[in-house]
Amino acid sequence: MSDKSPDKPKVAFYWCASCGGCEEAVVDLAEAILDVVAKVDIVFWPVAMDFKRKDVESMADGSITATFLNGAIRTSEQESMARLLRSKSQLLVALGACSHLGGIPGLANLFDRASLMQEVYVHPPSTINAEGTLPQTHYQDNGHSVELPALHETVRSLDQVVDVDYYIPGCPPTPKTFLAAVQILLGSELPVKGTVLAPDCALCDECPRKDTKPEKPVFTEFKRPQQMLVDEEKCLLAQGLLCMGPGTRSGCEALCVRGNMPCSGCYGPTSRVRDQGAKILSCLASLVESKDEAEIDRVLSTIPDPVGTFYRYGLPGSLLRRKKPGVRQAPLPSR
Amino acid sequence: MPEISQLSGPEAVRVGFYVCHCGTNIAGTVDVKALAGYAASLPRVAVSREYKYMCSDPGQALIEQDIADHKLNRVVVASCSPLLHEATFRRALGRAGLNPFLLQMVNIREHVSWVHLDKKAATEKAQDLVRAAVQRVALHKPLQKRRVDINPSVLVVGGGIAGIHAALTLAEAGKQVYLVEREPTIGGHMAMFDKTFPTLDCAACILTPKMTAVGSHPNIKLWTYSEVVKVDGYVGNYKAQVKHKPRYVIDDLCIGCQECIAACVYKEGKTPDEFNLGLSMRKPIYLPFPQAVPQKVVIDRDTCIEFKSGKCKKTCVEACGDRLAIDFKQKETFDEIEIGAIILATGFKTFAPERNPYCGYGRYPNVYTSLEVERLINASGPTAGEVILRDGKKPASVGIIHCIGSRDANTNRWCSKVCCMYSLKLAHLIKEHTGAEVFNFYIDMRTPGKGYEEFYDRLLDEGVHFVRGRVAEVSDWAVHPSEEGKLVIRAEDTLAGFVRRIPVDMVVLSVGLEPQSDAQDVRRLFNISCASEGWFLERHPKLAPVSTFTEGVYIAGACQGPKDIPDSVAQAGAAAAEALALIDAKSVELEPYTASILEEECSGCKSCISLCPYQAIAFIEEKKKAYINEVLCKGCGTCVAGCPSGSIKQNFFEDEEIFEEIEGVLAYA
Repeated sequence: MSDKSPDKPKVAFYWCASCGGCEEAVVDLAEAILDVVAKVDIVFWPVAMDFKRKDVESMADGSITATFLNGAIRTSEQESMARLLRSKSQLLVALGACSHLGGIPGLANLFDRASLMQEVYVHPPSTINAEGTLPQTHYQDNGHSVELPALHETVRSLDQVVDVDYYIPGCPPTPKTFLAAVQILLGSELPVKGTVLAPDCALCDECPRKDTKPEKPVFTEFKRPQQMLVDEEKCLLAQGLLCMGPGTRSGCEALCVRGNMPCSGCYGPTSRVRDQGAKILSCLASLVESKDEAEIDRVLSTIPDPVGTFYRYGLPGSLLRRKKPGVRQAPLPSR
Repeated sequence: MPEISQLSGPEAVRVGFYVCHCGTNIAGTVDVKALAGYAASLPRVAVSREYKYMCSDPGQALIEQDIADHKLNRVVVASCSPLLHEATFRRALGRAGLNPFLLQMVNIREHVSWVHLDKKAATEKAQDLVRAAVQRVALHKPLQKRRVDINPSVLVVGGGIAGIHAALTLAEAGKQVYLVEREPTIGGHMAMFDKTFPTLDCAACILTPKMTAVGSHPNIKLWTYSEVVKVDGYVGNYKAQVKHKPRYVIDDLCIGCQECIAACVYKEGKTPDEFNLGLSMRKPIYLPFPQAVPQKVVIDRDTCIEFKSGKCKKTCVEACGDRLAIDFKQKETFDEIEIGAIILATGFKTFAPERNPYCGYGRYPNVYTSLEVERLINASGPTAGEVILRDGKKPASVGIIHCIGSRDANTNRWCSKVCCMYSLKLAHLIKEHTGAEVFNFYIDMRTPGKGYEEFYDRLLDEGVHFVRGRVAEVSDWAVHPSEEGKLVIRAEDTLAGFVRRIPVDMVVLSVGLEPQSDAQDVRRLFNISCASEGWFLERHPKLAPVSTFTEGVYIAGACQGPKDIPDSVAQAGAAAAEALALIDAKSVELEPYTASILEEECSGCKSCISLCPYQAIAFIEEKKKAYINEVLCKGCGTCVAGCPSGSIKQNFFEDEEIFEEIEGVLAYA
């Protein structure tokens, strides 16, 4: 990293609204990371190395070969960093589910900003805040002023803010997915702009339990893994568990299913699907056994959090995007 | 997703746009000149024209000429519903050497001009729809129709007069016909009538020869006491499963001698006779009526002692002797048949007058339905043709109340069409049989039809009384000694302008016609539509009255709506002719709207397999992928919507085409 060679591709990493798991995924490359590092110059990676915003500002436009940006965009600072990195980079790659589709932070789109602030700063049982003090974007004390980024009303995926060239899916992307993607980008021929750098087939294709999937798994109830002893061989849908596998892009090698947990959909939909939640719903709805309306309602009521289930990683990027502002708010989960 | 721009270059998309005035049907509400001008401003539109009648020969020629002159490779026509003229314009494209599926129609008549009054708003809506079509058509791909052979056999469902007539017509034309009737005999409602209006021919005299002809026709396989339980396939190649309910009498061995009935341990019938609407009793082993076809008895297992206790002396078996036709162990059996066309003639049911409590039906024994009176008048009926009350007395006065369960906002809004005429007929027959004073209570007298008005005139001359007005109540509440022991009909006389009380001995309720109670199940089974009232829906009320929206399935008789015998027979003939036209074409073209699996992308999740209503999808074990049999696929799109990874595409309804259309319609200028 010290011997900056002019012909080596320059690479940047940045994080926005995310948990840090995607950064971990990069580190999880283990020894393989050395091969990558040998081929590139890392010019910006705040989580691992000391860089400042002004370092990026001082670079020429387009001087970074590729920026890997993880996390959704929900603050003014994140938005401005995304714009800055976009202008400095030849390729902008959305890394991980949050950046790709909005991710877990995107579920905040079920609420408005005001009620989120109340929930986090005023109502938590561990907080005493009788005055209802909320964070301010601007604070002045003793002649010093401090700025905090503003929180947006809506969480957005990266491509809802700036132009994105490629996507690496997953929460987080598996090291294998990340490495394969990097190799594609380092290769001689770049894929079509907008490509998600993972297989374009649903997860069932690589699921070890594929052969045990019946032609028609029938639901009389949607079960959750903690409510039962889950058979380790049999298709999870056939056991009454809500597995998103049939509607989720493959590439993770069915890690969750191998861990006896249903797929929760983090790799997002295939390229042919615009709304993962709607698609999996239209598939599952036909598997409810009863044709009686009241009974169908009962079966469906066994899904405790439909949006959090079907749109867990992709609400901002879906056709729904967010709950309409001004409409009655969903009650916040009680504690 | 292919970008439209990819279709430009050497093979640039060139759209021809045509808006039809449809006389003033469209041009009266939509500014067609402005619409043509708007379309001309849209990208890729090379020619834009308006014309008085696009479907006319010159209209079509205009398109053909433009295709040649302007090198058009896509056409959009804004006119009526594609149901009417999509085929017309596709043929025009074909004649000009363009693939017919490079056409898109915009329905600005049914969807715009006929449903809007505001010309400006209607024109704007038409523009939105046109923009959607112009965007969509750019993505259209050339498609090829498939041609399949047609099985020349026909299934007729329902053995009333319509089904009988259709079956005989087809059989006479040399086609194999399967006639399926769920009752033990054919004949339907007509077999219950005594005389038919307006000629007063005896119903049995004109019907039974046709029934016998059905029973003996070499080309007709008659299955009574049977029901169609499953239908698969598509036009020209349907498969049906028919369930035969056990009659506990072996069809081939029973000769119809009825000695078993005489010998039954029940000396008298104890079960209400269905055919006589409970006005007489029958035994557990019975023939529905003397002229039943087939002449085969049937055992009712709910009342037969052998079925109830297993300890009957079985005198019926003894009487049958070495014919050995009775088989208490008979089970239901099934037949699978292959047919090219289906005619549904499943008929109607009569309105249940208990739903109108003011009529007194079920409360006063001398209140009858019209169908019950048909049986009373019938010479082979429960009273051998005597019109007598339940106490055996002859009525001296009779009131016939029209429109029970018809033209009534509380029950059925429709006119049942036959009641005025049959009420007149019953008035005549009751008067003839009893000499009673007969009063008809009617709302409007509806007698259109050959010889119908003349029949009404005849009744007026016969001294039958007519009271114009709705009946408020039938009761036994006497307020005057002359009303003691009588049924009093209270009705407004709208011609005289006061309320009348007319005491009578007998009340006849002219009950209306309703769809069969299982019409919805039948509709689903045969994949056709019902109008909101439950009558089967014809493809077009005027121009395709016996066709349905499912190719190769036709409807005849009262299952389509209230109808008298002449109309039912005419429709049955029409349905038979439609079926013949289909069959004799030997093969049929199928729309190419089939779905197919993107094999590379399919994850083999099997989600689609159980979704297919036509069993067209199979799972190929070796490849671990789904496969759609194109011949069985009817292009319903269910699997396309249901595939969770978007790995099924449907011709003409590809996601890109649909999204392009949505984006077009939503892109407000």
